[in-house]
Amino acid sequence: MSVTPMQPPIPKLKKEAIVSALKKGNRVDGRSFEDFRSITIELNPIPKRSNGSALVKLGNTSVLVGVKIGVERPFPDRPNEGVLQVHAEFVPLASPSFEPGPPDENAVEVARVIDRCLRESKSIDLGELVIVPGKYSWSIYNDIYLLDHDGNVTDASTLASMAALNVAKLPKLVSVENDQVRIDYSTMDKPLPVKLNVVTVTVVKIGGYILVDPNLDEEILAEAKAAIGIDSNGRIVGIQKSGGGLSVSEVRYAVDIAIKKGRELLTLLEKTLKTV
Amino acid sequence: MSSRPTLIGENGLRHDHRRPDELRPIKMEVGVLKNADGSALVEFGNTKVIAAVYGPREPPAKYMLSPEKAIVRCRYHMAPFSTIERKSPAPSRREIELSKVIREALESAIFTELFPRSAIDIFIEVLQADGGTRTAGLTAASLALADAGVPMRDLIAAVAVGKVDGVIVLDIDEVEDEYGEADMPIGIMPSINQVVLLQLNGVMTREEFDIAMDLAMKGVSEIYRLQKEALSKKYMLYTEE
Repeated sequence: MSVTPMQPPIPKLKKEAIVSALKKGNRVDGRSFEDFRSITIELNPIPKRSNGSALVKLGNTSVLVGVKIGVERPFPDRPNEGVLQVHAEFVPLASPSFEPGPPDENAVEVARVIDRCLRESKSIDLGELVIVPGKYSWSIYNDIYLLDHDGNVTDASTLASMAALNVAKLPKLVSVENDQVRIDYSTMDKPLPVKLNVVTVTVVKIGGYILVDPNLDEEILAEAKAAIGIDSNGRIVGIQKSGGGLSVSEVRYAVDIAIKKGRELLTLLEKTLKTV
Repeated sequence: MSSRPTLIGENGLRHDHRRPDELRPIKMEVGVLKNADGSALVEFGNTKVIAAVYGPREPPAKYMLSPEKAIVRCRYHMAPFSTIERKSPAPSRREIELSKVIREALESAIFTELFPRSAIDIFIEVLQADGGTRTAGLTAASLALADAGVPMRDLIAAVAVGKVDGVIVLDIDEVEDEYGEADMPIGIMPSINQVVLLQLNGVMTREEFDIAMDLAMKGVSEIYRLQKEALSKKYMLYTEE
């Protein structure tokens, strides 16, 4: 059951400072409405045990993604496809308001939104991940680990997932004989079939203003929030509105900003990936 | 899984003979349960959803209450017999996510500030699933809240638009959801122009998104009309007496 969350209190002075800055056309940390915080992407911070990994810092928000690849039986209704699963853990070390336990609705939502953006855009060609149709296929587990929470976990997680999937390598397939597969897990072999990249752009509405990449204070104050997935072809590959309402024209405006900012994020991601 | 069916025929009609901008037959009934403070049954074609509201009432635990407003608790749940293969009654990740987005949509309609230190509980049970269950559920929950006399900014009318065989269509069913290119559920408070639920599962261009939004607005206005009709069917009787 989903219950109205207890919002962490935000000092009245801080709230007033944020809103009055917006009225003057800027934000308390000096950004304009359409600016992201500084972004760093570190590739393969978990080189020995994960098949691919990435650490993304978006301002003070920090997200680590590790990809683990194994061999599984494909889903019965998808015998010719590999398995892709996205999970997110908001571990208690990331925020004073997180408790240990199974993923709550916020973690489930982030994971499912990113899963859909990757799946619907066909970012990864799952058809290339079949080893023996109906019997064996590669399984890709994309685990999102939030390390430090300062707002906009979704965009940081999508960026980290995409970076990790791009650098991930399949273990070596030694042989397929009589329906038996032998895998050498200690040898990294081919890269994953990543066909196009996807990012999400999160916007919030505060005091009637629409801004991108909210920090935690802005997220708490937000009247509404929307995460919009954009792929490298400029298509919309997913939307998830949360919180309160937006007018139809605000929704259209949010999509326009997302397409514009999404292009910038994709450029940054692709530039980082070229360094390997 | 069988091979992909033709979703848009040569005559431009859909697999169930609907036009792209046509809703399924819709039925709504308010006040269908005795115990609940408010309830509603909504059918979009073969999709059948029941919603009940309890409250505003005392929350089950003191630590949950808010001194400023009512808390809203919402569960979207599918009956085990509602799906093609039996669904385990344990809450799935999908149900956890949908309970959240539906709760947030309803919460933005309710004047929660009028009921501090109380809880408003909304339970949605999908009895038969044939696509559009979250939008039928949200439509039903909004009616149930009205039936319970909970003050709201507006009713929420919801529908799923989609893209099938490259055509933007209204009120997609399960076949169109499974084999189509996109599913976009939308919930709107029509009189005050507020989009309170919006998801896109699938791929659209910017232009297709605009067409989909326009089509959704059209569908929503018809659903809104039916909601008001369903409410007046129950409550006009009393005013006439």
